[in-house]
Amino acid sequence: MTNKLTVHDPRGFPPKVTGKRLAPRLTGLEGKVVFLVDCLFDNSDVFMDQMQSWFAQHLPTVRIRTIRPRESWYDDPDMRATIGEEGDAAILGVGL
Amino acid sequence: MSLEEQGVPTVAVHTDVFARLVNAVTRANGMPTSRQAYVPQPVVDRSPEQLRAYIHGTDPVSSRPFMQEVIEGLSNPLDEADLEGVTFERNTPRLLESETEDGLRQLFEANGWTDHLPVILPTEERVARMLEGTSHAPDEVVGKLRPTFFREYWEFTVEKVAVNAVMAGARPEYLPVILALASTGQTSRSSSTNSFAMISLINGPIRKEIGMGDGIGVLGPYNHANATIGRAYNLLSINLQGGSEPGDTYMGSLGNWYNYSSTFAEAEERSPWTPFHVQHGYDPGESTASVFFGGWYTQAGYGPRETWQENFRHAFAGSEQYLPPIIVMDPICARGFVELGYDTKEKFIGWCADNARLTAREYWDNQWIQTLMRPQAVAGVEPYASRLKADPDELISIFEPDQIKIVVAGGETQGAWKMIGGRYTPNWTVSVDDWR
Repeated sequence: MTNKLTVHDPRGFPPKVTGKRLAPRLTGLEGKVVFLVDCLFDNSDVFMDQMQSWFAQHLPTVRIRTIRPRESWYDDPDMRATIGEEGDAAILGVGL
Repeated sequence: MSLEEQGVPTVAVHTDVFARLVNAVTRANGMPTSRQAYVPQPVVDRSPEQLRAYIHGTDPVSSRPFMQEVIEGLSNPLDEADLEGVTFERNTPRLLESETEDGLRQLFEANGWTDHLPVILPTEERVARMLEGTSHAPDEVVGKLRPTFFREYWEFTVEKVAVNAVMAGARPEYLPVILALASTGQTSRSSSTNSFAMISLINGPIRKEIGMGDGIGVLGPYNHANATIGRAYNLLSINLQGGSEPGDTYMGSLGNWYNYSSTFAEAEERSPWTPFHVQHGYDPGESTASVFFGGWYTQAGYGPRETWQENFRHAFAGSEQYLPPIIVMDPICARGFVELGYDTKEKFIGWCADNARLTAREYWDNQWIQTLMRPQAVAGVEPYASRLKADPDELISIFEPDQIKIVVAGGETQGAWKMIGGRYTPNWTVSVDDWR
């Protein structure tokens, strides 16, 4: 019979996860203000320019505005406040 | 996800290689159904026409039209799962269920708890013996770690650090050093796509007390303390932050051999210059651990021969301009620079900062300089604003003096130096004595 060992679990302690609800969706985009959030990753500005062109071509009534955080990687509460006050929806990219 | 919480419907766009990671992050934030859309990797270096094709094309994760994902993500009605999110607790037990040695080895390997080399299994007896290396209580919280900015922090205790120290093959007398490294709160297993490692430096009396190496082979596998402390720092970074799993908690494209073990000691007694920890506010009699984020590039050269200035200029020009260097210099090499008049580290660093230059065109043609520094330059933050104003062919400084670090170590079999990418922040030197 092979001996059995008792050993420690090497992992740390993960935090509890608390569920959060999504924001209510729009019933349609027509006439709405949609912010394109350029997350400042290299070339994301070019990507967002192309997104804007897509909307101009396919959904011209959507009012597109481009906005950028102060720095990449970091949350920018001022930028989020602007989107919350002046926008109806947001598309973030390209990155995490 | 912050925008969703403030009531703004949002779709986040990613490249497809991050799909698994995105799922893990959104779940850990309690919002697993938040809306995502994917384009192919890469976006960097793609032309406007290529990016336009991405947008007009198919989401490679859902296999549906990309813009359909975006539009529906903002406007399709929510369901019950969207309104509830997900709430759960994740428990990690103190002890695992008893198993054979082979079974436990398979479990540790399968769960990603190792560096894929054999580990010492952390039995209760071994962990208890390891804990004799510190006066701190096993249940004392040491700190928190996470793989990167946007992941959640995991917390850990003295005992959990000791468990990983056992796995690495460390001895109890090394534990204060390992606890100090863990207490920095800086992971040695960053999930960055840049494949970073954390290089760690030990200064002060503890080096000699535990037999650390600062001589021949100092940066290689030639000393038990150096090797196992560095390995422990990596193993604890994996296990105490929630993993270092490719595609989820690790995204380094090329990987990094420094991630096995990269801890060394300064040869304070043989150095002509002030030890690193004393430069950073500690007394010579204090023991410290310092960490350097990088290991992305390594260059090498020899002592101050006739063309040493050209050699260093080439090395700086060949470094990555977003990642300042730590220069590890053999004592022979350091003494040679003293003979040339550089009688302090600061004087030599001053020469380095003056001569670490690239043309502005080269400096700005770097994806991380664009991502991290350009926003600061546009906002008027110096020195980046001046660098942005420079003519494309103008040679500009790429590192400030306080970003370049020098450590003296090596066996004096050769007057050599290595320049390793390693960013240092002042609070990244911590006391080892506090963990004795």
